[in-house]
This record gives sequence, C-alpha cells and structure tokens, in this order.
Amino acid sequence: MQREKITNRILTVFFTVLSLAWIYPMVMILMNSFKQGTAITTASAFDPVTAATSAGFANYISALTKQGFAAAFGYTLVITLTSVALILVCCSMCAWYVVRVNNKFCKALYYLFVFSMVVPFQMLMFTLSSLADSMGLNTPYNICFIYLGFGAGLAVFMFAGFVKTIPLEIEEAATIDGCNPVQTFFHVVLPIMKPTYISVGILETMWVWNDYLLPYLVLDSTKYKTIPILIQYFRGGYGHVELGPMMACIMMTILPIVIVYLLCQRFIISGVVSGAVKG
Amino acid sequence: MVKSLRKWWPLFLLPTALSFAFGFVIPFAEGLYLSFCRFISISNPKFVGVSNYVAALSDPQFSHAFWLTALFTVVITVLINVIALAIALCFTRKGLRGSNSFRTVFFMPNLIGGIVLGYIWQILINGVLTNVGQQLLALNTAAGFWGLVILMLWQQIGYMMIIYIAGLQSIPSDYLEAAKVDGATAWQTLWKVKIPNLMPTITICLFLTITNGFKLFDQNLALTGGAPDHSTELLALNIYNTFYARAGAKWMGIGQAKAVIFCILVICISMIQLKATQSKEVQQ
Repeated sequence: MQREKITNRILTVFFTVLSLAWIYPMVMILMNSFKQGTAITTASAFDPVTAATSAGFANYISALTKQGFAAAFGYTLVITLTSVALILVCCSMCAWYVVRVNNKFCKALYYLFVFSMVVPFQMLMFTLSSLADSMGLNTPYNICFIYLGFGAGLAVFMFAGFVKTIPLEIEEAATIDGCNPVQTFFHVVLPIMKPTYISVGILETMWVWNDYLLPYLVLDSTKYKTIPILIQYFRGGYGHVELGPMMACIMMTILPIVIVYLLCQRFIISGVVSGAVKG
Repeated sequence: MVKSLRKWWPLFLLPTALSFAFGFVIPFAEGLYLSFCRFISISNPKFVGVSNYVAALSDPQFSHAFWLTALFTVVITVLINVIALAIALCFTRKGLRGSNSFRTVFFMPNLIGGIVLGYIWQILINGVLTNVGQQLLALNTAAGFWGLVILMLWQQIGYMMIIYIAGLQSIPSDYLEAAKVDGATAWQTLWKVKIPNLMPTITICLFLTITNGFKLFDQNLALTGGAPDHSTELLALNIYNTFYARAGAKWMGIGQAKAVIFCILVICISMIQLKATQSKEVQQ
C-alpha cells in the first residue's frame, strides 16, 4: 500500500510537468501575441514579453479591424451554425425514414452513405468545387447545402445506429393515438434521440468549424475568408507577413474553442468517444 | 405506421438525398470519369484512357509521397497508441490525484483545427531550430518530418487516451479482482487480463490513427507545405499540388487519377478494418 501511494505521488508530479509542457505551445503564442511586430523573431520566440517589447492589445485591435478577423469569425460562425443545424434536422429525419421504411432504395442509399464516410475529400475536391460554382452554392449562406451533402454520411450512420435500438412499439402507440408521421417524429422519436443529437452536433461542429480545404475551394476566397483560410492567407499570402496580428488571430481562434470545451467538457468527450466507437 | 410514413418521403428523405447527390454522388462519379480524361475545367474533358494512371504511377514525387506517408503512418500509429495506452493505464489507477484535470489538458489540442495547429508548431519548431543552430523548417527535411510526427502526437494522444480510458473502464471489475486473488502481478494483469479484453478498443484506435495518418492534409500544408522541394509532402498534399500548383493541362487529369488511387488505398484500409473488427466480435 505504501508503495502504491508513492507511485501515485510520482505519477502526479510527472503528469503535472507533462500537462504544463502540453499547454506550453499555446502559452508561447499568447506571449508572442502581445509583442511588437519587430520583437517577434524565430530566435526570440521563447522570450517572455518585457516592457520594451510589449505592444499591449495593438495586435488584437489590428487583427480585428485591419486583417479581417471579425468578418472571418462571423462567416465561420454562420457557416458552422447553419450547416450543423441543417445536418442535424435533415439527417435525423432521413435516418429514421431509411431505417423504418427499409425498402431496396433505402438500403442502397444507406450503403452509399456509409461508403461516403470512407472516401477522402481529395477524390471529389475538383468536381465538387466546380459543381458548387455552377450551382451558385459558393457563398457562406449557401455552402451549408454542400456540408449537408458531404457530412450526411457520418450523421445518417450515427442516427440510424440509434434508431435501430428504439422499439417500434413506441412509435406504433403514437400512431394509434392519432399522430401522423411528422408528429410521431417530432414528439416521440426526436426526444428519445437527444443524446445522439448532441454527439453528432459536436462531431460535425468540430469538423465544419476547423475545415479548411472545402471552403477554400468552394467559396470565392477573395471575398469570403473563414478563420482557417484567413490564417493560411497570412503565411501563404503576398510579401510581408504581419506576425503580431497573426499571433493575435491564432489566440482569438483558440480562445473560444477552449472556453466552450471547458464549459461542456463532458458532452464533448462522450460525443467524441461514441463517434469513434461507431465510426 | 410504416405504410403511412412511406408517402412522406419528400419531407423526410428528399432534402438529405438531394444534397447528398450534389455533394457526393455526382462529384464522385464525375471524378471517376475525369480520371480517364484530359481537362482543365469540367466542361471540356477529352477521353484519354488510362494514360493518366500511367503518368501518376510513374511520377517519382507521387511514389516518394506514398512511401513517406506509409512511413509516417507507421511511426505515428505505433507512438500514439503506445503512449496513449500507457497514459490511460495510469489515469485509471486508483487514487491518482488530478487525473481529471490532466485528461482535460491532454484532450484539448484535438479541438483546434489542423491549419492553426500547423502554424503554432511551425513557430515553435523554428524557434527551437534557431536556438540550437539548425536550418529552419523551410530547408530542413528531417525536422519537417519529425516536426509533423510531434505535432500529430500532441494532437492525437489525448483523443486515443480518452477512447482507451473508456475501454479500460468497461472491463468488468470481477476480472481484475479475480486476477488479484490469484496473485497476479500488475504486469501479468496488464498482459493477460487488460490487453486481451481491450482488443476491440485497440483495433478501433489503430485504424483511427492509420486513416488519420493517411488522409493528413491541413497539418502538412500549414507546417511545411511540403518544403524543402516536396520532400515532406504526404499523399493528400501531393494530389492537391498536382491539381493546383502545376502549370499545364495534363496535370489536372493526373491529379484526378492520383486521387482515385488514393481513394482506393483508403477504401482498402477500411475494408481490412471492417474484417478485423468483425472477426474480433465473433471471438467474444
């Protein structure tokens, strides 16, 4: 028993040190985001901020006003919210229909959905972006239909997996009580599926919020930049890179994610686990 | 109920099926067809048979990217799973203080997007390289490769750790107590009780890391962009560069052919995964 206690103490110390190392990359960006542009060099990346190098909040203000971070944040938020809402509503309805009706067409469609989860984006990046262009789906307000199409695989798969476990009797009872299918779905099935909505919502949000290549190829990126596109543009763009505002942008990208994560940690972790185990 | 539901398909089925057709089925079929064509936009393809595939397979950059991706995938799969399982075993010990906060910290990098992660580590690694007097990432192949490995470890260990913890917690405690009563050492319990019961979880994690490694794009693009001279370019980035970074009409078709080959590779990995998980289920 004494040995157990000592091992636990050593492990606690070890993991405390490791945890600090784990968050160090983010702390480093935080420090650099408060430095003046000329003080940010590769050699001094690890130096703490001093009175001589401090820029106060100038980098943040510049990122928000001059570098277009506010607009990028807005676009990313709009795209994520509309896409995830659309995926949740449409895919859960589709999954319920596919499982319950279960005719040949539904079966074929279901296997196509599962197949689409495997296919890498590079396979259709060119044709998809051309198609989106010709159909006018290349604005932040319409791109959600593409996300619905490309994200449907995982969502339908996870919803269908859950619908299969719901006893048919519950829905039949609702029908006998006079519910039509729409009422049955929204009053009976939807409340039962709540945990799956949370899991799918978290997985799809993480994907859409961080997605780079799809919006980069589909959107007109001179007009609309999402956060990942903006950050890539800083480095890939032309001429002088303004490192200070870039660090501020990275910080402002990470911060909301960390806050949301700390607030709904339990849902996020269990959502990710159930997604992994089913996918 | 099913009968009355059937006629509601325009509401339940149509929105998703239509978006799926335009977002996946049509582009996929078109992409398959275009891999046999020479084209610069989808309106004017010219059928050229398998010559794109011949050109793709004889492109030395593509085979370099393939072997680099294979090596990279093996390295991260082994490292991530060993370290994540070791950490998960520590965190499921009785009486370890602070394991919940550690879990929170280790999982955090997962939520940050690949592009942002890539730049964070580019700044960090370039800082280290400058301070030890080495060449920067843009000129340093070895640092680019191992930098990408470290980045992936940092991002994915937390994720796999969470799945391993869930797996470990689902092992019935009777098994562990029985092992204790029989006088098994911690080492014996690990190899004879915990790991055999963890096999389904291990299979899931192995395939997650393998497919993540194979499909890696954002981190690769942001950390090195393939520099120096395509030497740190993985498959997905190679395909992207063939499409968009090379001048000349022939490259579009070759890029699409590469994408089809890439797609087949990923599908093969998934088929093996399916077989592996199914055979495990039979055993139980």
